[in-house]
Amino acid sequence: MSDALLEMRGITKRFPGVLALDDVNLEVQHHEIHALVGENGAGKSTLMKVLSGVHPAGTYDGEIYFRGELCEFHNIRQSEKRGIVIIHQELALVPHLSITENMFLGHEHTRRGLINWQQAHARTRELLEPVGLKESPDTRIGALGVGKQQLVEIARALAKNASLLILDEPTSSLNESDSEALLELLTTLRDRDGLASVLISHKLDEISAVADSITILRDGTTVETLDCRTERVSTDRIVQGMVGRELSNRFPSREPKIGDVRFEVRDWTVAHPTQEGRLVVEGASFNVRAGEVVGISGLMGAGRTELAMSLFGRSYGKHLGGVAEKDGVAIDVSSVPKAIHHGIAYVTEDRKTYGLVLIDDVRTNITLANLGGVSNGSFISTPKEGQVANDYRKAMNIKCAGVEQPTLNLSGGNQQKVVLSKWLFAGPDILILDEPTRGIDVGAKYEIYTIINQLVAEGKAVVLISSELPEILGMSDRIYVMNEGRIIDEMSAATATQEAIMHSIMRDYEAGASRVAGVAS
Amino acid sequence: MTAVVDAPTPQASAPVKTGIRQLLQNNIREYGMLVALLVIVAFFQWQTDGVLLTPLNITNIVLQNSYIVIMALGMLLIIVAGHIDLSVGSVVAIISAIAGSLIVNQGWNWVLAAVVCIAIGALIGAWHGYWVAYQGIPAFIVTLASMLLFRGLTLVVIGESGSIGPFPEDFGKLASGFIGDPFGGDGRHLLTLVLAVIAGAAVLFVDLRSRAAQTRYGFDPSPWYVFAAKNVVMVGAILWLSWTMAGYRGYPNVFIVLAILVVGYTILSTKLVIGRRVYATGGNAKAAELSGVNARRVTAFAFVNMGALAGLGGLVYAARLNSAVPKAGDGLELDVIAACFIGGASATGGVGKVSGAVIGAFIMGIMNNGMSIMSIDVGWQRVIKGLVLLAAVWFDVFNKRRGAVVAA
Repeated sequence: MSDALLEMRGITKRFPGVLALDDVNLEVQHHEIHALVGENGAGKSTLMKVLSGVHPAGTYDGEIYFRGELCEFHNIRQSEKRGIVIIHQELALVPHLSITENMFLGHEHTRRGLINWQQAHARTRELLEPVGLKESPDTRIGALGVGKQQLVEIARALAKNASLLILDEPTSSLNESDSEALLELLTTLRDRDGLASVLISHKLDEISAVADSITILRDGTTVETLDCRTERVSTDRIVQGMVGRELSNRFPSREPKIGDVRFEVRDWTVAHPTQEGRLVVEGASFNVRAGEVVGISGLMGAGRTELAMSLFGRSYGKHLGGVAEKDGVAIDVSSVPKAIHHGIAYVTEDRKTYGLVLIDDVRTNITLANLGGVSNGSFISTPKEGQVANDYRKAMNIKCAGVEQPTLNLSGGNQQKVVLSKWLFAGPDILILDEPTRGIDVGAKYEIYTIINQLVAEGKAVVLISSELPEILGMSDRIYVMNEGRIIDEMSAATATQEAIMHSIMRDYEAGASRVAGVAS
Repeated sequence: MTAVVDAPTPQASAPVKTGIRQLLQNNIREYGMLVALLVIVAFFQWQTDGVLLTPLNITNIVLQNSYIVIMALGMLLIIVAGHIDLSVGSVVAIISAIAGSLIVNQGWNWVLAAVVCIAIGALIGAWHGYWVAYQGIPAFIVTLASMLLFRGLTLVVIGESGSIGPFPEDFGKLASGFIGDPFGGDGRHLLTLVLAVIAGAAVLFVDLRSRAAQTRYGFDPSPWYVFAAKNVVMVGAILWLSWTMAGYRGYPNVFIVLAILVVGYTILSTKLVIGRRVYATGGNAKAAELSGVNARRVTAFAFVNMGALAGLGGLVYAARLNSAVPKAGDGLELDVIAACFIGGASATGGVGKVSGAVIGAFIMGIMNNGMSIMSIDVGWQRVIKGLVLLAAVWFDVFNKRRGAVVAA
């Protein structure tokens, strides 16, 4: 038995149709910040759910040792009791309640069944101290920024006597300075209190800055664990581990045959649906030609999805201005049916919430956007519908027991193919694909890239929104860079590199900071 | 190694097979419900010494439950769309009050009055649809308000202890009349038997045609013995039921109305684009909207439809009672909603069948009837019905959970 704080051995976890984790090992030492990295769908979150008891013991194979003892957690309460506390990307705070109320949610201090609020407030003030949050315990959580909410979460974890803190993408929604403060806090907690933490992040520069060791996952297996204390590990080194040998041929090649401008957007401006006066998209202009894949790159929260959804029938926010043109003629895209009528299709980034009716089967999901295509008048022809569904099932290689199978039970990649089938059956000229390969495995990704290539070969115009820079670079003919609601740069695929895109974004942040400073002074 | 384990795939080119196992598994809810219905019928047939299935009593069961079935058809669409309508009992009351004052007090022609009443029902539905779909108020609250509102208006129209009636004889026939018999046979009602044979033939024809279409589109239709068994049962049930009713006075008028509505709503829910959209909206409103479905309009449609059917239900109720009273339709919403849930509709929307709601309504109806014949105390009748509702929904939840475990 080693003297590691946490040891996960041979963890294997299956979901219907997918082997999510395959013999994964993770070892976290005392007093260290251990980074867990890997591409989307590599199994990071699943591994942490196994650890915290969200996936209870018995539903996975393998063993978990914490402080040298074999642990079998059946729910989060049990793992928290042992001092393993997880902070999810989606913060688990109730926005309408105060800091104090959130702090002790589920662990209320009571005396004879009554909550002692005076004591709770006092204790909250004590707990906020070490995380450096100077807010009244009465403050409503909703009134705090995301960065401060994050601190409340950490304070709450400390209140539970956490000895291992797991943070899932803690900085993904934070700005630069908040991110820095958070990472600094983690190092302070490590040095001062000996708190160990597991940091899941996509931001590799952050990781190479603070992590003591790094475990890399790929396709549900452990690739390697790097020790950063002996020597500095570069981001390139981490990327190499994450993408592995397949780096060279992850994208199928294609001969671009680019035609005239198919779709053009000018000065598109969208306001936030509820926050008065906040612009989410600001004067965005772009175009896409027939037979062209145009990538839109940017960090999370850059406004890409909002732009796409606003263009697709004003499905997001309030449209304040701008025109959309197809083949040089202005078109009305003020409702989803109108957008579909003009040949636009939007494949959502969130297929479970926005893409599929999960309780319905493959067949009805594929025809939903074009019921007219399988109907005589207003009568749906069930056999015709079945035939259409089967054709797509074959063409797209959708792995299911039959087109009558509910989409709920399909793997992510197959669900995505169902969503794509739905939009292909609607017969669009312009496809906006929003994170089309999010959370699906490498094999299915390649298939989806092949489908994209077929689409542009048929002369369709494709807008590809993706947070994965290699994907944008590997698939696009032209790339727009978006940041803080504006399109800030355009580059051809030939000249674009990951560095160029990141620099463009960073320059814009600096410019933004000076703009704000200029207004303030 | 590969991280993906493929879901079981039949040979890519082979047509999809529908085995008997698969068929049972896919339709466990329907078959379960049919079995429940049969068990309940057998139980009461035994307990009532055969009174339950006499021609007179079967006709009675149809008459007693006609308005519940009518409204369950509307409620099913509401529930599938992900909402609920608590107001239908009160709508029945206000419609019967309006029918009373138009026909009895004002002397209107009853056909015209009926059309107006159904239109008013649809308007009430539009009122609900507006608040639910376009103002985003939960249907539970909107229709709870209407429950008070229309019950109150009923009192305003006919007074606390008042009643309007009797209705003209022609109007009363809507709920208690029987179709005539031009063949004038003594004994069995001949027209009923003729219609039954036509209906049976129609069922066979439609099923054969859909089988042919399946083959044409390259699907392997269900095995012939499944097909044969299904049709023998269905046609047999139609003929037996009709034969029995022909032994009393033949089809009641309202039974014809019911048959047309049930066929109509079955087609709407399975074959029409609007029906499909109701299911998609209830299953995932956001995904439906992003697929070009106008979810608000679909929701509004479901409520307008419900209102119109509640209007019709109100007319039948008034005709059956032969007067309009302030207590009309009291608690009816619970029977109607229970019928849908017993029939397998899901409280979270997106799931439910017309056939299920109809069977659900008759399960409740037969229990009411059987327990009354056995002269079980009304209090205990309610207790038992409540437990049956809970058991039916538990069966659903249990099935779903077991399904999930199997899938994992």
